[in-house]
Amino acid sequence: MKQDWDRRADVVVIGGGHAGCEAAAAAARMGAATMLVTQRLETLGEMSCNPAIGGLAKGQLVREIDALDGLMGRAIDAAGIQFRILNRSKGPAVQGPRAQADRALYRRAMRRLLDAQAGLELLAGTVEDLVVADGRLAGLVLADGRRIACGAAVVTTGTFLRGLIHCGEKRWPAGRVGDAPSYGLSAALGRLGFPLGRLKTGTPARLDGRTIDWAVLEMQAGDDPPVPFSFLTDRIATPQVSCGITFTNERTHAVIRANLHRAPMYSGQIESVGPRYCPSIEDKVVRFADKDRHQIFLEPEGLDDPTVYPNGVSTSLPAEVQAEMLATIPGLERAAILRPGYAIEYDFVDPRELDHALETRRVRGLFLAGQINGTTGYEEAGGQGLLAGINAARMVAGSPPFVLDRADAYIGVMVDDLVTLGTAEPYRMFTSRAEYRLILRADNADARLTPKGLAAGCVGGERGARFQAKAAALAAARCRLAELTASPTALRRHGLEVNQDGVVRSAWELLAYRGIDLERLAAIWPELGDIGGEVAGQLAIEGGYQGYLARQEAEVRAYRREEELALPADLDYATVGSLSAEVRQKLAAARPASLAAAARIPGITPAALAALLAHVRKRPGNAA
Amino acid sequence: MGRERLFAYAQDDKRGDHRGKVLAAGMTDTIFALASGAGRAGVAVYRLSGPGAGPALAALTGRDLPAPRTAVRARLRDGGGDVIDDGLALWFPAPRSFTGEDVAELHLHGGRAVGRAVAERLLGLGLRPAEAGEFSRRAVVNGKMDLTRAEAVADLVEAETAAQRRQALRQMDGGLESRIEGWRQIVVGALAYVEAAIDFADEGMPGDLMAGVSARVSALAAEIEAALADNRRGERLRDGLHIAILGAPNAGKSSLLNRLAGREAAIVSGIAGTTRDVIEVHLDLGGWPVVVADTAGLRDAAGEIEAEGIRRALARAQAADLKLAVFDGAARPVIDGATRALVDGDAVVVVNKADIAGGGVPATVEGRPALAVSARTGAGIDALVAALEHEVASRLEGGGAPPLTRERHRAAAMECRTALRRFDPAGEIELAAEDLRMAGRALGRITGRIDVEELLDVVFRDFCIGK
Ligand SMILES: Cc1cc2nc3c(=O)[nH]c(=O)nc-3n(C[C@H](O)[C@H](O)[C@H](O)COP(=O)(O)OP(=O)(O)OC[C@H]3O[C@@H](n4cnc5c(N)ncnc54)[C@H](O)[C@@H]3O)c2cc1C
Ligand SMILES: Nc1nc2c(ncn2[C@@H]2O[C@H](COP(=O)(O)OP(=O)(O)OP(=O)(O)O)[C@@H](O)[C@H]2O)c(=O)[nH]1
Ligand SMILES: [Mg+2]
Repeated sequence: MKQDWDRRADVVVIGGGHAGCEAAAAAARMGAATMLVTQRLETLGEMSCNPAIGGLAKGQLVREIDALDGLMGRAIDAAGIQFRILNRSKGPAVQGPRAQADRALYRRAMRRLLDAQAGLELLAGTVEDLVVADGRLAGLVLADGRRIACGAAVVTTGTFLRGLIHCGEKRWPAGRVGDAPSYGLSAALGRLGFPLGRLKTGTPARLDGRTIDWAVLEMQAGDDPPVPFSFLTDRIATPQVSCGITFTNERTHAVIRANLHRAPMYSGQIESVGPRYCPSIEDKVVRFADKDRHQIFLEPEGLDDPTVYPNGVSTSLPAEVQAEMLATIPGLERAAILRPGYAIEYDFVDPRELDHALETRRVRGLFLAGQINGTTGYEEAGGQGLLAGINAARMVAGSPPFVLDRADAYIGVMVDDLVTLGTAEPYRMFTSRAEYRLILRADNADARLTPKGLAAGCVGGERGARFQAKAAALAAARCRLAELTASPTALRRHGLEVNQDGVVRSAWELLAYRGIDLERLAAIWPELGDIGGEVAGQLAIEGGYQGYLARQEAEVRAYRREEELALPADLDYATVGSLSAEVRQKLAAARPASLAAAARIPGITPAALAALLAHVRKRPGNAA
Repeated sequence: MGRERLFAYAQDDKRGDHRGKVLAAGMTDTIFALASGAGRAGVAVYRLSGPGAGPALAALTGRDLPAPRTAVRARLRDGGGDVIDDGLALWFPAPRSFTGEDVAELHLHGGRAVGRAVAERLLGLGLRPAEAGEFSRRAVVNGKMDLTRAEAVADLVEAETAAQRRQALRQMDGGLESRIEGWRQIVVGALAYVEAAIDFADEGMPGDLMAGVSARVSALAAEIEAALADNRRGERLRDGLHIAILGAPNAGKSSLLNRLAGREAAIVSGIAGTTRDVIEVHLDLGGWPVVVADTAGLRDAAGEIEAEGIRRALARAQAADLKLAVFDGAARPVIDGATRALVDGDAVVVVNKADIAGGGVPATVEGRPALAVSARTGAGIDALVAALEHEVASRLEGGGAPPLTRERHRAAAMECRTALRRFDPAGEIELAAEDLRMAGRALGRITGRIDVEELLDVVFRDFCIGK
């Protein structure tokens, strides 16, 4: 093996999308000499699709990324032009912060954050090959022949691996519109033995906002005041805009139905699986034939940019059909198309190849994050990138992996789902994927993760100090609430009706009652009056959920006990007695990290788990 | 430990070599056990399971394996070629067998000598005796049955009466599993709707979603409530219905017990206060399992030991499903107060010693008909048995649905019911979802979908070898 390296780095991140930016910044924060190699520096932080960050479950992911000192929250706070909390009518655990971005501002904010990061070098280039020696990643080779040696690399190439764009009958190789696909890397991964699958996703046409008839449209404004994503942002300074709402109609559907044979998904031109949860308009018309209209949000892509993103009509019909279809929609009759919508097919790696640190089992030092692992969405990509970046740096430093479990974070849920179950369609986060949803909230992401981040070394001083201050205020307020008590008769005198059972209740317990909030309690105990802001918000939520939280925490303890029954990574399932061939095969494919993870694999019977348990307990040196 | 170990795999370069070795040695071992009852019986059935079952069968019979699932006559020989026995051999290749592994069965003439010779030969062939419950355990591991079915196998082994056997067979057929699974599916379905309303709020889900969910949830809660309110029928059928014989000293309680049992289970004497402790006898009453308890006669205690006996008798009266109140037809007055006080809707009343009883025998006590019987002559005993059978049947006979048969089923069903009752369609939707999730989890525990590790040890502990 030639060892003539041109450059050397601790950690190299390949790809400058949402996963790549987080990975590179995290590795650098951890103190690793980091290099981010991406095709074009101008597309760092590019939003390939919808110019929006957050949403249900995704908003929680952004807050978690932020709590670990990631970039996404700060970038969107600097670039958001409409902030809205989704599911506002529902409880705080299932609300999701979302913001629409000015695409250019977002790229700029991301670039600024990356430039400000010490120990991070940005390099334009296309990675063509991976150099592996003795089962360990040694370095990589760029298209121009440069060779970079590294201790670890994180591959975050998104939809670029053998990317193929479809637009009606036309198709051409691309990573996304305007960018070249990656063949070399895909081939390298295949050569190393990684099983590659193929998925597809799509995006709608972009419209010229100056040609939209806004006057006939219902408009929707954001929340006022806008609530920021980052725990570090005090106030949103960007101007806020509204978006328009319109609907498809029977005429739209008729155009689609008449041209269905020209849609690549229906003509057989695309065979890979797309996201069920983000269907194209042709999918919606076919699958929900009884719905006579579908909602479309018309979202401005920027303050100084006339481009409008019609959210809800992703399509890969031929360009002329897209035009015909859009013209049937109120407000869009004369709308000019700046760029037609399209679908893209790409390679992904079966994420069961990874462990919970997102390192591949096949090649030590090689980490994968983002869409390459079968996920979809910026936030999913960002969360994985962050985790992979931290772990790449830790691996180089010889530290044990940084792992989040299903009760720590949505990031933990996502990684655990991916590495134990794999995925057959683009994986998107939902709140229902989390068993401990009442615990994994947006408001407490800092309490859940910042201390872990501080311990791991990926959280900087400013955030650390802010967090400590907030945590202290919370603890003090909790203490005060628990100490203030009143009897039912005393409460009645204050106009609060509780069971006249003679039981003395604390202010904290009273928060669980419907209709009793901090303000109401401050009327009884004036000393509670000075609890405000974030602290008050969080206490109100925890107080309201307290009975359910206690039950969930008990479940978490049980889950963690099982989780602690680790299954060794080198476990040879052939040596475990009493397992059927089918069960053995499933376990060998998923390589669950723990008994609990094994239990989540479909088809793994209870007694198979018992057999595993017995086997692991028998293993010498593993007498836990 | 844990994480460090987890990730410390990579350096091992020689993994390939040693894996080959382990594969060969690491195959599941083959087990055997006497599957019919131990001791001298007409036919003894030996069951072999595991990859070595086929070779062992071939070696024992000295011929090729028989066609799958058909009995063939075979002459078994020991290692030296001497004939052990003449019997039947059956061959069940994996996966269509009880355990899901290769299984062989030998039906031999009972007898210790034959048993010892067979065991010796199988040990010599490298098989090992099965541990308690190991066959069922393997069946569960291989996905051949769920936990309720495995429990039913254990119950079937223990079944002493026709009704117990019917219940176990039904559960083994998956009756209880499909009932619980049916409930779980309803919960899962309802949860799916609620989750959709949470995660896809922006996709315009129909607004009346919750009304339908709520109706289904309360119907299910009521159904589980009803299943729980079956007076522990399934467990009682499993354990036997408890009947306590109560009455004054010398009323003839022990004599009656012996009559019912058909043997001298309890000491009978003319001395009042003979029975001091509770004596239990398991009986098959017209196909129903019962546990009849003879108790100390009720009176103002003569001594410390007798007082304790009476205390225990009263405790038994409390705990019993059914009471047999015995009055002494030869005594005056016939009706003693202490016994009468125990007569209620759960009591069968007899006036004993009909052979020597004078007049003054009442037709009813506390509204319950009094049967005249004689433990000595047997007069009226058939009528008493019929009356008891009737009372027992009315308590154990249930509707169509397979009942919960164990305390752990009941505990989980109660947890499910509590969660479903907490479910409030008008409250916060994420809490409604949480209640449904907990309800589903509780049910999953019955069939063994979750929380398995602690549970399995318990489930398999009370298993009998060879089943
Ligand atoms: C057409 C389209 C439609 C989409 N629709 C949706 C949607 O509806 N909903 C949704 O949630 N998400 C959607 N997405 C997905 C979303 O854009 C991605 O999930 C997210 O951007 C993935 O982030 P990433 O960091 O993994 O990869 P990307 O953001 O794709 O970034 C990949 C980066 O890697 C670089 N790169 C690629 N190959 C190489 C190489 N060999 N060497 C160096 N650099 C390389 C690229 O230049 C790019 O910067 C869509 C994406 C596309 C393209
Ligand atoms: N003639 C007659 N004698 C009976 C009958 N049943 C029991 N006896 C006699 O009554 C006496 C008491 O019988 P037990 O069966 O010991 O009475 P018990 O109720 O168990 O008495 P304690 O154990 O002392 O409470 C014995 O001498 C029996 O033989 C009966 O039906 N007819
Ligand atoms: Mg007696």
